Amino acid sequence: MAAVPLGHYLTLAATLFTIGVFGIFLNRKNVIVILMSVELILLAVNINFVAFSVALGDLAGQVFAMFILTVAAAEAAIGLAIVVVYFRNRGSIEVEDINLMRG
Amino acid sequence: MTATLDLAPLLPELLLAAATLGLIVLGAIRERRDGAAIVTPLAVAALVVAAAAALALDKTPTVLLGGHFRFDAFAAILKALVLLATAASLLLIASYQEDERIDRFEFPLLALCSALGMSLMVSAESLLGLYMALELQSLPLYVMAAFQRDQLRSTEAGLKYFVLGALASGMLLYGCSLVYGFTGTLSFARLAEAFGPGAAGGMPIGAVVGLVFVIAGLAFKLAAVPFHMWTPDVYEGAPTSVTAFLAAAPKLAALGLALRVLMGPFADWAAQWQQVIVLVSAASMVLGALAGLVQTNIKRLLAYSGIANVGFALVGVAAGTAEGVEAALVYMLIYLVMTLGTFGIVLTMRRQGTYVETIAELAGLSQRRPLLAAAIAVFMFSLAGIPPLAGFFGKYFVFLAAVKAGLVWLAILGVLASVVAAYYYLRIVKLVYFDPAAEPFDELPAPGLRLVTTLSAAFVLGFVVIPGPVFAAAKLAAAALVPAALGR
Repeated sequence: MAAVPLGHYLTLAATLFTIGVFGIFLNRKNVIVILMSVELILLAVNINFVAFSVALGDLAGQVFAMFILTVAAAEAAIGLAIVVVYFRNRGSIEVEDINLMRG
Repeated sequence: MTATLDLAPLLPELLLAAATLGLIVLGAIRERRDGAAIVTPLAVAALVVAAAAALALDKTPTVLLGGHFRFDAFAAILKALVLLATAASLLLIASYQEDERIDRFEFPLLALCSALGMSLMVSAESLLGLYMALELQSLPLYVMAAFQRDQLRSTEAGLKYFVLGALASGMLLYGCSLVYGFTGTLSFARLAEAFGPGAAGGMPIGAVVGLVFVIAGLAFKLAAVPFHMWTPDVYEGAPTSVTAFLAAAPKLAALGLALRVLMGPFADWAAQWQQVIVLVSAASMVLGALAGLVQTNIKRLLAYSGIANVGFALVGVAAGTAEGVEAALVYMLIYLVMTLGTFGIVLTMRRQGTYVETIAELAGLSQRRPLLAAAIAVFMFSLAGIPPLAGFFGKYFVFLAAVKAGLVWLAILGVLASVVAAYYYLRIVKLVYFDPAAEPFDELPAPGLRLVTTLSAAFVLGFVVIPGPVFAAAKLAAAALVPAALGR
């Protein structure tokens, strides 16, 4: 485990997290990209948890990562379901078309 | 850890989970005939029983489920309030659901799941418990917002709520991972030890950053500035019944969770989070008051009103004292009742079979429906904070707590914001009483709605006469939460 120091994992996770957040805000294409960004954020957190868990020699972090994976699956299912009903009404999932209400 | 497992303190949650599972089966069997008509009353009954169970349990602080769940007086009181608020919301919205043909049996089940999540939120005792409870509360809410699935507005609201909610969960989790990494524990009790007065060196910078991320995630769930962007759109787009649901119980549960986190493990580091809460609170009050001025849709107006009111409640949290916690809880309870009552009125705004949402539609209501008009006046005066109604006392005690904690400028800002916000509440009263009458609303045969609105109005009016029980409960809850941290 000593091969890759903790800092590298944290940098990777921070980078992925930032890419995910920017993916949500700067993305002008479609909603699927937003869902992918959300997954990216959750996976970045998982890297953090597992890396900390190994570095600390404490299993709780890995258990937490398993819970996050499970919740992420449920979240993705709900997200996709909402995107599908939205598409049925709007006929498009372009981010620019989500503009019925201001804000 | 002993081998025996005493699950008694989990009784409310077990009841709710069992009721949810039982009602899924019942709903599936009876779907064709009378699914919602039979599931909703049973769900309300289950919520009331679970609330009673929470109050009846022995309130000695107990930690169980491997240190992820804590039951004490704070948890018991907030559980009872949150579950009763959920039950009241379900009663309130039944007639609207029927009229809009969204009275499917899944709705009360989603509400039960969300209530279970809220009940776990106020009992969270570790970062894992916090996250799982928060997600269990949020995921059903995303579905509920998109419940009117053949309406573009509702699905758009659901989509926006989902995307921003998922982002908030992501930030909260990133914060949790940093706190965990820099302290080596998920448990609130051990975090409190790690940050306690005996701890060497102070709070690691990574944990401070993590704490800020956690606060950001919680601020989103509370709809506090700068994480409020979703609120007006979701409030406006979602069916009014869902908006009424979103505006009540989940806010109280989120405040309960925020208090658990801030006054539990991080109580000794109040200086680290106080500035953040002060900023969030001040920004919420100002934005909620100013942006509400230009709204024409009553649901959007109530969204900004909600943002401002969360700001007021956070004034109490920012004080960081037992008194502040008590004031924030009292404030949130009063706000909850006022919100339920106000939505009770919005849910009666039906004209010739269609529900209307523009504030102007209320014009001249007093001429045809004097009782309804009186109820609007009571809630609006109370939201504006005019004595002797309940809303005034809520505001008075949070500002008092802030002044005693040395946050005088925040209290002054709060008073100014509430003066500005009074304009939009009083404008509604003026419309109702002094403007030429618009066409009359339909008479709704909605006993649940009437019951909840009447009870809310009675609470708001009667609070000045019998404030005792509310303050006693808030004191008990605050005492259970705070001494662990600030009792020295």
